[in-house]
Amino acid sequence: MIHFQNVDKWFHSSLHVLRDICLEVQKGEVVVVCGPSGSGKSTLIRTVNGLEPVQKGEVWVAGQNVADKKTDLNALRAEVGFVFQQFNLYPHLRVIDNITLAPRLVRKTPTVEANRHATELLERVGLADKAQNFPSQLSGGQQQRVAIARALAMKPKVMLFDEPTSALDPEMIGEVLKVIQDLAKSGLTMMVVTHEMGFAKEVADRVIFMDKGAIVETAKPEDFFSQPKSDRAQLFLKQVLNPMH
Amino acid sequence: MLNYQFDWHLILNGEYRQWLLSGLWLTLKLATVSMILSFFLGLIIAVMKMSGQRFVRAGASVYLEVVRNTPLLVQIFFWYFGSFKLLPAAWNEWLNATNEFEFIAATMALTIYTSAFIAEDIRSGVRAIPKEQTEAGFSSGLSFLQVMRWIILPQAVRMTIPPLVNQFLNLAKNSSLAMTIGVAELTYQARQIESHTLKGFEAFTAATLIYLILSLVITGLMEIYNEKILKPRGAQA
Ligand SMILES: Nc1ncnc2c1ncn2[C@@H]1O[C@H](COP(=O)(O)OP(=O)(O)OP(=O)(O)O)[C@@H](O)[C@H]1O
Ligand SMILES: [Mg+2]
Repeated sequence: MIHFQNVDKWFHSSLHVLRDICLEVQKGEVVVVCGPSGSGKSTLIRTVNGLEPVQKGEVWVAGQNVADKKTDLNALRAEVGFVFQQFNLYPHLRVIDNITLAPRLVRKTPTVEANRHATELLERVGLADKAQNFPSQLSGGQQQRVAIARALAMKPKVMLFDEPTSALDPEMIGEVLKVIQDLAKSGLTMMVVTHEMGFAKEVADRVIFMDKGAIVETAKPEDFFSQPKSDRAQLFLKQVLNPMH
Repeated sequence: MLNYQFDWHLILNGEYRQWLLSGLWLTLKLATVSMILSFFLGLIIAVMKMSGQRFVRAGASVYLEVVRNTPLLVQIFFWYFGSFKLLPAAWNEWLNATNEFEFIAATMALTIYTSAFIAEDIRSGVRAIPKEQTEAGFSSGLSFLQVMRWIILPQAVRMTIPPLVNQFLNLAKNSSLAMTIGVAELTYQARQIESHTLKGFEAFTAATLIYLILSLVITGLMEIYNEKILKPRGAQA
């Protein structure tokens, strides 16, 4: 479903942020990406929907080369949901309109139908009563659940999450992880950047550990967390699990 | 000069008062029509200037440079004398038939001139919107124009309202140049009164006061908008 073939990326032609990335994500697979800050995790998933162009190699999604001039990038992005660390809801639109905007504009879904689907999605993320609120009236956890509903409204084939819980107060992390967990079990193809171990163990089919722009280790979650092979992954896990030391 | 005796009686009564009022009316009409048109033209230019296509961007740049770097008076003469030569014959016939040719030429010049400044105001409004908003829009499959129309501009224009009011004030003042091509707006009428009555000082003092009051009223409304609408919203967000 997602295929990285020898991908290299530089920022400002000197900062090498992705190094020879090769990775295949199968349909229905859930891949968790972790690694130290600045290791290129966000950049990696942002290449999947073309938010970041790559300078070498190819990224393929659902049989289409993201960088190909013949690929309709807008149509491809419609199939790929993206959830940001900072939610990025549209502050001038009500919750319901945040969710229906893209279906109405891109899929040409009639408003009534779009509203009905949005209401369903809001129920699914436990926010049916917030449809008429503005984003600024919601807590961080609620905003992130709206953002997930907004992505799902396009009925995407792939969902990408960039640290969906790291901007949240601790007491709100659970409610958002729960929603993502349910999605993972529903058979959606997902790439999730996160350091939430419990979540990774529960739903990930694979964990990918990145450092300095390269994929250093790929493993089943139970193996990765109990016996990481590389020194860098061991060091990283020690820091994540015991931040004080 | 200090002992000058103002003679208001003549000017503030009867026919001449009527002239001043009709001048004020035309000034307001000129400024309002030009404002509305230049807002939409400014939006288009701003979006072109931010487009991903190099040629579209270059076109907008040329427009902005030419319009902002030539005197408004020259632009008014340009459209007044030039539109006959530039526009298709059918349009010219229609323009003549309306009997409003001067007004239309002045509106065109003021609209084009002001649109360049409005485009820059809108662009600074857009720059104040976090780029993540654009990314969120693109990520859900929207095109550049859709992102602009539905996500960025609605937020940017709200921030652009104070500078837009400023542009309206500028327009009201700049519209006085339309007298040079015979549009009977406020300054033109003051001039007419002067030539009829030789009370030029009174006539232009009256015109000055009218411009001043107009500006103060609009600035006052702006203050109210800032206090009552913008500030409470900001506090809530
Ligand atoms: N737009 C940009 N321009 C220049 N450099 C960038 C840009 N975005 C990211 N970088 C740099 O690229 C590298 C990888 O960044 P990236 O955001 O992908 O890391 P990350 O693994 O997601 O880190 P974090 O855990 O802090 O989110 C970093 O060195 C970062 O400073
Ligand atoms: Mg990141």
